[in-house]
Amino acid sequence: MFESLSDRFDGIFGRLKGKGRLSEGDVEDAMREIRLALLEADVNFTVVRDFVERVKNRCLGADIAQSLTPGQQVIKVVNEELKAILGGETLKITFAASPPTVVLMAGLQGSGKTTSSVKLARWFKSQGRNPLLVGADLQRPAAVEQLRTLSDRIDVPVYSDSTGPVAVVQRGLEEAKSLGRDVLIVDTAGRLAVDTELMDEIASISDAIEPDYTFLVIDAMTGQDAVNTAEIFHATLELDGIILTKLDGDARGGAALSVKEVVGRPIAFASTGENLEDFDQFHPERMAERILGMGDILTLIEKAEEVFEKEEAEVAAQRLLDGTFTLDDFVDQLRQVRKMGNLSGLMAMMPGIPKEVKNAEIDERDINRVEAIVLAMTPSERVEPALIDSSRRARIAKGSGTSTAQVSNLLNQFKEMRKMMKGMAGFGTKKATKNRKDKKSKKGKKGPGGGRVQAKRAVAAPKFDIEKLDLTLPGLNKNS
Amino acid sequence: MTTGIFIVFIVVLVFLFLAALPRINSWWSKRNLARTQELAEPPAESPLPEGKRVAVPLEELIDEEPQASEGVFGQEVEDSVSKTSFGSRLAKAKSAMSGYVTSIRNSEVNESIWEQLEEALILADVGMAATSSVLDRLKKTAKDQKITKGPDLLEALKVQMKSDLDVDRTLELNSESVPVWLFVGVNGVGKTTTIGKLGQSLTLQGHSVVMAAGDTFRAAAAEQLETWADRCGAHFVRGQERADPSSVIFDAVISAEKRNADVVLADTAGRLQNKVNLMEELAKVRRVADRNPGSVAEVLLVIDATTGQNGLTQAREFALAVDVTGVVLTKLDGSAKGGIVFAIEKEMGLPVKLVGLGEGIDDLVPFESEEFVETLFSS
Ligand SMILES: Nc1nc2c(ncn2[C@@H]2O[C@H](COP(=O)(O)OP(=O)(O)OP(=O)(O)O)[C@@H](O)[C@H]2O)c(=O)[nH]1
Ligand SMILES: [Mg+2]
Repeated sequence: MFESLSDRFDGIFGRLKGKGRLSEGDVEDAMREIRLALLEADVNFTVVRDFVERVKNRCLGADIAQSLTPGQQVIKVVNEELKAILGGETLKITFAASPPTVVLMAGLQGSGKTTSSVKLARWFKSQGRNPLLVGADLQRPAAVEQLRTLSDRIDVPVYSDSTGPVAVVQRGLEEAKSLGRDVLIVDTAGRLAVDTELMDEIASISDAIEPDYTFLVIDAMTGQDAVNTAEIFHATLELDGIILTKLDGDARGGAALSVKEVVGRPIAFASTGENLEDFDQFHPERMAERILGMGDILTLIEKAEEVFEKEEAEVAAQRLLDGTFTLDDFVDQLRQVRKMGNLSGLMAMMPGIPKEVKNAEIDERDINRVEAIVLAMTPSERVEPALIDSSRRARIAKGSGTSTAQVSNLLNQFKEMRKMMKGMAGFGTKKATKNRKDKKSKKGKKGPGGGRVQAKRAVAAPKFDIEKLDLTLPGLNKNS
Repeated sequence: MTTGIFIVFIVVLVFLFLAALPRINSWWSKRNLARTQELAEPPAESPLPEGKRVAVPLEELIDEEPQASEGVFGQEVEDSVSKTSFGSRLAKAKSAMSGYVTSIRNSEVNESIWEQLEEALILADVGMAATSSVLDRLKKTAKDQKITKGPDLLEALKVQMKSDLDVDRTLELNSESVPVWLFVGVNGVGKTTTIGKLGQSLTLQGHSVVMAAGDTFRAAAAEQLETWADRCGAHFVRGQERADPSSVIFDAVISAEKRNADVVLADTAGRLQNKVNLMEELAKVRRVADRNPGSVAEVLLVIDATTGQNGLTQAREFALAVDVTGVVLTKLDGSAKGGIVFAIEKEMGLPVKLVGLGEGIDDLVPFESEEFVETLFSS
């Protein structure tokens, strides 16, 4: 979601880079564009004004004017200031000395509190805790039912009754104590910050259970009003952090930056999809790098290490590089990758992936189809796809309920991949890089056209990415 | 760490492999096709012959029936709810803007007044592009009419914005086939609640309403809508969990035909506009709902007043996928101004038809541009 903001900055920076000397006018122009980019990204007006002011003052300062590469200096200043806004530490969750640790969820209607409550419960479970959910949204029809259905999926109990929100949370707290649950997550009804009655109600809820953590749930698509809302909730409840939802959309999420800046509380968790596993702690410094176009490989690696069987993966990786990777390996790895969550979400964390590829939604059915096709092959075919001739192809298509075209498509694709991986075995060597560049330039000559040309374009994309990847990895080792 | 890096390679590969499969190609070509088609032919106003449709302003939705004068919200409701609500309920929420307005009223027309106007509009989520175009035109007017006082400038601005919003906001009912009103939008904006409230207004008018639980994805979505159907006495049709939403809505159309109902209000699951599959699913829902005996009379995009600039993208993508006919602006009872609908109306010509002002069953009123602009600048 933050990508488009970084795209905009890329453009602005590109123009600056070319300049040998910067006049005051150049800086003014750049500042105007930065202001526009931030406002269009829904960053709060006041936050933008202060930001631009700070950057401008620093840019017009002496050291930049005298620098040999003033354009670079401006970029540096903008990056530093952006990081200052976005950055900060990841919120560290500690647990109450006498359990349960109580978490209160608050927010506007429709911001995603119920789903986030369950996702948070799942997260606590993954930390080895035993959460209890409390359904205190007695306002919206079927809200408690929604909570129950979702929490069934992760095997977490729910406490709720219809006596009234304050009474429910009190009983929920007792229930947690008597059941020995060590985390209590309270889902509350959505409310408007201007609704004093309901704000008083949530204040009483808070008083009744004295939460260890109070989170404000904010939709990434929110506009200028986010700051206003957050300030009132903060004044009423003393927030500990923010949970940012619907980050899988294409909103630029500037509201989130503003809230953090204005309320001075970190974004603690971020939700990136409708599945319960699309949720994780928010790492501000990583997000800052993502906005500045550096990807978020750390999170990706963390996720991967959670899911993958280490040894198996290493063997597979080795085979990949040797070019002996089989379709069996592929399906195995595919299954592992799927466990990591939404594929497009994973992709967003990769640096240097073209937007078209990132935005491509991958249909579950396509993945299932790939699996079905491979499973319809004999073991020897899976190891040596070259064996597959047209009659075998027909058999496989029939066995997997697909068309022969789909089967050949997959086989071609697989061949490409193997070839590419072989090329990568010596990655970093000049020869390989040159080779890739040649292919890239050839690809460039083909204009857009029919489906086939586009297919090639899509296939060609990995070459570009991997090149980028090479560049990123060394720095990454230093970080960890 | 090395293992991690290998794994990341694998992830990338798996992803690219899948992305490179026909999916991405067909998506691109379809999308490009849709885009070119859209450029080539003007959007079909109505898929039906004109004569078959009855266009009625919201207040006179049932003109041809005995209770003619009552309107969708009923005479009483209309008086006590729509007039007072829109004005007075918004009243508590204008704090953010009032400071500007007071200061604008007290100043001469100078550089700073323009900055303040810009700031006020942006804080209302009108957006940079629409704000600039509004102010550019106002500058011209101010020059032509030699406006020098703040209050006069504010008045001129209101007049200009009101005339920008002067469009047809009637809701369509089709008299011969079963009219379907489809509610679409991103997650949590208020689709289901709006259907509940609208069902109430329509049934109060003596219309028979069928509600279709087309959200078969979100947990307890059908139960939520069923509660609303019970509240207003609408007939309720649902399917199995994870059923195909199109078939649920089609069932509702059939059921509406059998009971001779006047309209089907069809809920759909919330979806983010960048989810290509889900948008395709929605397009299918629309096609199926439009099959005989049904006919899609309205596709209402529900937009939450707190929405920022992403609202424009929502409007564009949903319009592309399902040919949206109007907008419902919800949660205007909060402190957000909902200025994005101004940009949506200006840029895309999509009229706002209804406004949600709370969670109660009566909290839905017809959109009134006058009120909207007034409250945008009330102090
Ligand atoms: N204050 C206020 N709240 C509203 C309004 N309209 C809807 N809501 C609330 O917003 C929340 C979400 O509404 P829903 O109707 O469930 O939204 P939806 O679009 O159907 O949501 P999904 O189906 O989950 O995508 C609920 O808590 C509603 O009560 C409104 O006009 N004002
Ligand atoms: Mg709904």
